[in-house]
Amino acid sequence: MSLLIDYTLHLADTTLILSQRNAEWCGHGPILEQDIAITNISLDLLGQSRNFYQYAASLMGGNATEDSLAYLRKEREFKNLLLTEQPNGDWGQTILRQYLYSQFQYLLYTQLQDHKDEQVAAIATKALKETTYHVRWSGEWVIRLGNGTAESHQRMRKATDELWRYTGELFVPAAYETAAGVDVSSLKDTWSKKVNGIFEEATLPVPSNVYQQTGGKEGKHTEHLGYILTELQYMQRAYPGATW
Amino acid sequence: MVNTGTISSRAVWEILETVTDPEVPVLTITDLGIVRDVKIDGDAIEVIITPTYTGCPAMDMIAMNIKMALIEKGYSSVKITSVLSPAWTTDWMSEAGKEKLKAYGIAPPNPKQQSCRTELFAADEAVQCPHCDSSHTHRISEFGSTACKSLYQCDDCKEPFDYFKCH
Repeated sequence: MSLLIDYTLHLADTTLILSQRNAEWCGHGPILEQDIAITNISLDLLGQSRNFYQYAASLMGGNATEDSLAYLRKEREFKNLLLTEQPNGDWGQTILRQYLYSQFQYLLYTQLQDHKDEQVAAIATKALKETTYHVRWSGEWVIRLGNGTAESHQRMRKATDELWRYTGELFVPAAYETAAGVDVSSLKDTWSKKVNGIFEEATLPVPSNVYQQTGGKEGKHTEHLGYILTELQYMQRAYPGATW
Repeated sequence: MVNTGTISSRAVWEILETVTDPEVPVLTITDLGIVRDVKIDGDAIEVIITPTYTGCPAMDMIAMNIKMALIEKGYSSVKITSVLSPAWTTDWMSEAGKEKLKAYGIAPPNPKQQSCRTELFAADEAVQCPHCDSSHTHRISEFGSTACKSLYQCDDCKEPFDYFKCH
């Protein structure tokens, strides 16, 4: 049971942190329609994380709530993927981070639709519909920017350099994933094939032999997560128990 | 107060038909197809609802409004349960709901099979302009003012409009 809780928290934390990152664009997007798009995606991810936190809280019992899990856990307790906590950088870096994750999420949630745990399967099945929009939108933008102007191409290459080292972790199973019967390593070939196809259309080289950073799934994060939580958890830390 | 044991499920459904979506106020929650079931046990009513989009911020308010509508009519024991499976789809929207949407200026969802695929740069879904009925329209953005809508523009009357996207 505690491994299922850990797995549910891993899914919740990953979607919450990426949601929070995308929300940083609210009011700052390059054009209005895309500002609305990235914040819509943020909202979808927030909804998914709430479903997972609510489920984790119900499994844990006691005083745990979706809010206590999101607002009162410390950095080392968060199990999100390192990729999702990376800074927004420019629009290109945000787009690439979204695409690399959404492509993975699409494959993972497709597998989770048949998960033996009914609630995990139900959350994934519902989220998959939204994820379909995210993969398409972010994939199109990777191509547009990679195969765009000399500057947008250069920026996408830089974004690739920044983010590629965090993609290996997606496919390295944590103990709680294995215990939950989820085989993330089996998704790697399809993910690589899809990503290679998009990169080719975007005229971007696919990096090889890049050192891969791991640890997020076990609570060992890059320095960025602490700053995200500082902002995200501010209200509950400053005014414990505040409701609105 | 409503007498114990006399609650008819039809009366409850009739009340639910008056509760509207706070984001798209011309639609009732039954038009949207988000009420999945009503269970009555003695004087206790349980209304089973399902969210449209996972992150739809209107859901908490809808649950509250259902409760208020039933309490106003004298039903005091009301429980709202949210279920995720089977996942909501625009195919559950009633025909009456689709007509109301169009009259309100929002293009109603096309049948689901026309979209919801992962191909990139696919041709825009053919969406009819709710103002002039032209099919000569183009998509401005797949994401609109709420999670359930995308933004289109009519090439004939030039009006921009929301499209309740397939889900």
